[in-house]
Amino acid sequence: MKKARILVAVLLALALGGCGGKTADGGAGYRTLDEIKKSGTINIGVFSDKNPFGYVDENGEYQGYDVYFARRIAEDLGVKVNFVSTEAANRIAYLQTGKVDLILANFTVTPERAEEVDFALPYMNVALGVVSPDGHVIESLDNWNADEQMIVISGTTAETYLIKNYPDIPLQKYDAYATAKNALENGNGVAWANDNTEVIAFALQNPGYTVGIPSLGSQDTIAPAVTKGNTTLLEWLNEEIRTLGDEQFFHADYEATLVDTYGLDYEDSLVVEGGQVK
Amino acid sequence: MRALGLEVLFKGKNLARLLGGLWVAMKISLISVGLSLPLGLLLGALMTRKNPVCRAVLRCYLEFVRVMPQMVLLFLVFFGSAGIFGWNISGELSAVIVFTLWGTAEMSDLVRGALVSIPAHQYESAAALGLGRAQTYRYVVLPQAVRRLIPLSINLITRMIKTTSLVLMIGVVEVLKVAQQIIESNRMSSPNAAFGIYLTVFMLYFLVCWPISLLAKRLEKRWG
Repeated sequence: MKKARILVAVLLALALGGCGGKTADGGAGYRTLDEIKKSGTINIGVFSDKNPFGYVDENGEYQGYDVYFARRIAEDLGVKVNFVSTEAANRIAYLQTGKVDLILANFTVTPERAEEVDFALPYMNVALGVVSPDGHVIESLDNWNADEQMIVISGTTAETYLIKNYPDIPLQKYDAYATAKNALENGNGVAWANDNTEVIAFALQNPGYTVGIPSLGSQDTIAPAVTKGNTTLLEWLNEEIRTLGDEQFFHADYEATLVDTYGLDYEDSLVVEGGQVK
Repeated sequence: MRALGLEVLFKGKNLARLLGGLWVAMKISLISVGLSLPLGLLLGALMTRKNPVCRAVLRCYLEFVRVMPQMVLLFLVFFGSAGIFGWNISGELSAVIVFTLWGTAEMSDLVRGALVSIPAHQYESAAALGLGRAQTYRYVVLPQAVRRLIPLSINLITRMIKTTSLVLMIGVVEVLKVAQQIIESNRMSSPNAAFGIYLTVFMLYFLVCWPISLLAKRLEKRWG
């Protein structure tokens, strides 16, 4: 699997390298704003199995926070929307080959990705969070009691962040979500650090737990992405996100799609309105 | 029912969606198998020719397709063709192209093996009877080779059907992707649905592959 991935990367790099100088010509490259409007359809890559951001309900309809925004974009452009089911691993390839015009798939902005695609203004925050039992809520990572252990899932940003910034906190590492959850429930560790969306959802579904630290570490954002160089679409999107801020669109989006999972308490900390990160 | 989360199957159009996904997988594999079998027969016969150029070309094709993971081939055809040539090939068509290329390569090697396993005296006897080259193949060699091919090609066909699950990586929503969608959209309400849904997917694949095995058994018996 790993070898296959490297091979794919190399071959794609070779394949895509050849089209570096190509401009939009309908096929490879990208479609400008006018070309999308003229065709009457915008192709938007979304997740089809990441509830509640992008998923398909029991009637076969796309739903979720990203999808709600995607529908609004199509409406304001005056075009129909064609949803394309993407995976985390192929989002960039979809944009680079112009197979979709826009990716709205819970796409976290990172400097590495920004070299491959162009991100518009953000519409959501992501950070780390720490959840602990009600009886002993952890609200700060300073002055950590060295006898207590923190639960993390191996390979997550939470693990990397804690090792780097809090090397004195003893970590208890698990491979899967289910085993980490059991460990917290059994009291093997005093708290669990993970993406804040994950720990918030956990605390809401499991009474007896509180998110003592809802936002930790570097604030990352989720933003729409377009093919590198597609400035007409990018500028239109940025303007759209600013305009939508006036009507508190993403708050409405949150209340329609995320409130069941995260509750109302986190609305202001998760939503980014008008592209302005507070 | 609850322990397996099977109730989500009957929510909305879920069952119909799962069957629809199965049909997508079947369509891709049936078309590819339908194209691969005759093309494989042709290429396999060509591989037994003495012409060194012809053999070298076919050998390269076979080895290239065989060592390359199917996922890489799918990415190459779907994304690569757009990057290099600017072709916008749909996911389904890319899948059919890849599975046909792969099936043909594997099939041709099976055919080559079956053909060379026919003893030389069969060819010689046919020649002694005055049969031409085409006639020898049509009446003597192929009927025997095809019998030897059946178990091997059934194996290949069922493998092709099961490998279609990879096409979800190029945006084709087939049975496994629908299953993941159903499991995820019910993550909160039925956390156990993964068991029931994957069990259902297993049954669906089984129901498709089992009749093919039965058919092969019958053909083997009839011709054996």
